[in-house]
Amino acid sequence: MYLTKEEQAMLDGEEGETLRKAIEILVALGDIYGADRLIPVKSAQIAGVSYKTIGDAGLEWISDLHGKVRIPSILNPAGMDLQDWKKMRIDPEFAHKQQLIIEAYEKLGISAKCTCTPYYLEGFSATYGDHLAWSESSAVSYANSVIGARTNREGGPSALSAALVGKTANYGYHLDEMRKPTVSVTVECELEGSDYGALGYIIGKMVGSGVPLFTLKGKPDNEELKSLGAAMAASGAVALYHVEGVTPEARKNKFAMPKEDIVIEKSQIREIYDRTKPDINDLDIITIGCPHCSPAELSLIAGSLEGRTVNKEVWICTSREVANKHPELVRSIEKSGAKVVCDTCMVVSPATERYKTMMVNSGKALAYVPGMCGVPTLFADIYKCIREAVKE
Amino acid sequence: MKVKCRTISRGCAEGQVLITHDPISFLGNVDPKTGKVVDANHELFGQSIKDKVLVFPHGKGSTVGSYVIYQLFKNGAAPAAMINLESEPIVAVGAIISAIPLVDRLENDPYSFLSNGMFIKVNSSEGYVEVPEG
Repeated sequence: MYLTKEEQAMLDGEEGETLRKAIEILVALGDIYGADRLIPVKSAQIAGVSYKTIGDAGLEWISDLHGKVRIPSILNPAGMDLQDWKKMRIDPEFAHKQQLIIEAYEKLGISAKCTCTPYYLEGFSATYGDHLAWSESSAVSYANSVIGARTNREGGPSALSAALVGKTANYGYHLDEMRKPTVSVTVECELEGSDYGALGYIIGKMVGSGVPLFTLKGKPDNEELKSLGAAMAASGAVALYHVEGVTPEARKNKFAMPKEDIVIEKSQIREIYDRTKPDINDLDIITIGCPHCSPAELSLIAGSLEGRTVNKEVWICTSREVANKHPELVRSIEKSGAKVVCDTCMVVSPATERYKTMMVNSGKALAYVPGMCGVPTLFADIYKCIREAVKE
Repeated sequence: MKVKCRTISRGCAEGQVLITHDPISFLGNVDPKTGKVVDANHELFGQSIKDKVLVFPHGKGSTVGSYVIYQLFKNGAAPAAMINLESEPIVAVGAIISAIPLVDRLENDPYSFLSNGMFIKVNSSEGYVEVPEG
């Protein structure tokens, strides 16, 4: 791999131990994947935040680093609402460790915005063709597919290294040839809302780390694309997809149709909703906001809950910035008894584990909650989620 | 005898070879406190990787494995060095943050000339593995 004089000096330790290790990580990954050089990145979104995931080892590693990041950098969701963790009944010892992790990142100049939807944040926008170093799998999918920016799915240490150096290795989805579709998916029915999560849940399992090119009957909006990509990245490892006539690269390029074609029918989508296990009578928590809710989604939820009272635990997950910008929506949702939970989500918080059965409208949550949290999970559209929430 | 290889994590260390044909998932396969392999289905079950030159094809499993390697290092239970057929990001990142020399793509197949208990040197900074003659 070619290194500039400055990069070589950094690798030789002339700018200190933290930067030496950071660039060593980038160079090692570049060598493994056959990168020709390092390229500048516009922003970093760093995984490895929840104390539940990284534990004391991760905390120690981050605390041992010195210096400041060179590009705008934010974090993945943490294990709890950083301000109001008590409402989630988080153990104080966990809360303490989680705060230490956040402080260790802040010391490096990283903003403590913990979200899987960085593209909703002010001053953090990505545009077509930008090179990024993002970690969270649904954010990576959204950046690549919906925005047309370019990022690999960075691990925690590699995203942090990219943030410190301001660069990443030029391989994978940074390159044109890796962005071509490898499998075609034709959907023969109309889809709406959470149907896209169900579709993603099915396709992710079928295509693994492929690049699907979808031919759809309707035109999904950006929230629906967010659900589709998030589910595929969770049930499989899809980091980029295209939708004919919708996503930017599919509109700009005339992609050759991949040989392999998957056809999806309405009955396959229905199957995801119609599973009779777990028993709905055990339902004791409903969670919405995986990935984190947009203002439009908060508004839809606030409207649906207006004048009603929830009778179960209900979490609406979003980023703190989106919540702070829409206090009226937060007030309206919380008036019903539902909780607006920021900085975290049902997948990464240990608070989820005490519930018997969860209902979600997210294909990603459906893929992760049963295994990672040990909570049996039902899938429904947002309207059914609300109906179950307010049921006497 | 010096065998050329590719540098993944720089450094230089010596130790006894511990060799396996099974890939390793550091999260789940290895106890971070002791360095013992705790997965009953793993070829190295019951053995300790501490201070060894660990030879395995490649890593697998969760990316949290990188932090587990760091935990082994902090607990003084890490391997002295590691040799892969082909390194992947989880082990590569774990090795770098823990200052454990890691190499891959040896010019001779490591399984053809390395065996358990041999005392060897891994000089990753200069890109070779050294095995005593005879």
